[in-house]
Amino acid sequence: MADEALFLLLHSEMVAGLYRAAEQGEGENGRCTAKLEGMGFRVGQGLIERFTKDTARFKDELDIMKFICKDFWTTVFKKQIDNLRTNHQGIYVLQDNKFRLLTQMSAGKQYLEHAPKYLAFTCGLIRGGLSNLGIKSIVTAEVSSMPACKLFSEYSVI
Amino acid sequence: NSELFTLTYGALVTQLCKDYENDEDVNKQLDKMGYNIGVRLIEDFLARSSVGRCHDFRETADVIAKIAFKMYLGITPSITNWSPGGDEFSLILENNPLVDFVELPDNHSSLIYSNLLCGVLRGALEMVQMAVDVKFVQDTLKGDSVTEIRMKFIRRIEDNLPAGEE
Repeated sequence: MADEALFLLLHSEMVAGLYRAAEQGEGENGRCTAKLEGMGFRVGQGLIERFTKDTARFKDELDIMKFICKDFWTTVFKKQIDNLRTNHQGIYVLQDNKFRLLTQMSAGKQYLEHAPKYLAFTCGLIRGGLSNLGIKSIVTAEVSSMPACKLFSEYSVI
Repeated sequence: NSELFTLTYGALVTQLCKDYENDEDVNKQLDKMGYNIGVRLIEDFLARSSVGRCHDFRETADVIAKIAFKMYLGITPSITNWSPGGDEFSLILENNPLVDFVELPDNHSSLIYSNLLCGVLRGALEMVQMAVDVKFVQDTLKGDSVTEIRMKFIRRIEDNLPAGEE
């Protein structure tokens, strides 16, 4: 039962460590986001396997998305997604008004330019989770005022 | 919810193995990252555990095994193999949550998979004025029956300098 503080610090150090290595010439900036997203993807796949071992089959896309917003988000971030919107054509917008990975950074616009680094892993997490549920997606994030964030998930069925 | 941490740690080690060509460099990176985490973790620990100042290394060992490990990883390693001078001891972990689902491939035999832990312990203790040396001497991932971490007290840090960022 690993403590949440440990995960938060690990994530924070992963972001810092990757960017530090990039500055010292071991890779460029763009790669850092891709690496974080890739790590999130692997973790998302693993997590969803563990979570859905005993759950019933999902009825449809929306059902899956609700699972992500409620059960999945609660297990990972100790709260549910605050708002879920969709255009019913494969695009979902998840809003978290107090995103756990941003609450320590600032409240408002300070350090806004660093926020994307802290969302890359989570975007991968969602993409990985969906992938193991048979959904191919592209997940991006947008932060306009911390600690709130919006995650956009665009589906294409495998 | 240890799986999130375990899986994330696994993804990190995998990524580092891709980024660095040899195991030694990965081990160093893990230690460095652990150190950076440790210097911050200690604050969280002290705030939440209300443990007072330890009077000697034996007390420190108890706090680490019975309170810190329990709080953060949900396990309580046993403390054994004290050196005659009381400055060295071993933590024996029957099971190591970091290595759930993990197998070391043959071409990574020098990888110290859980090396982050050594850095964390070192960084955290440095913030409470103790310079220590921490290393793995047995590892279930390498076929040993238990995981053993050896901790050695080097010296008390007298100056209250801020943490050196590595």
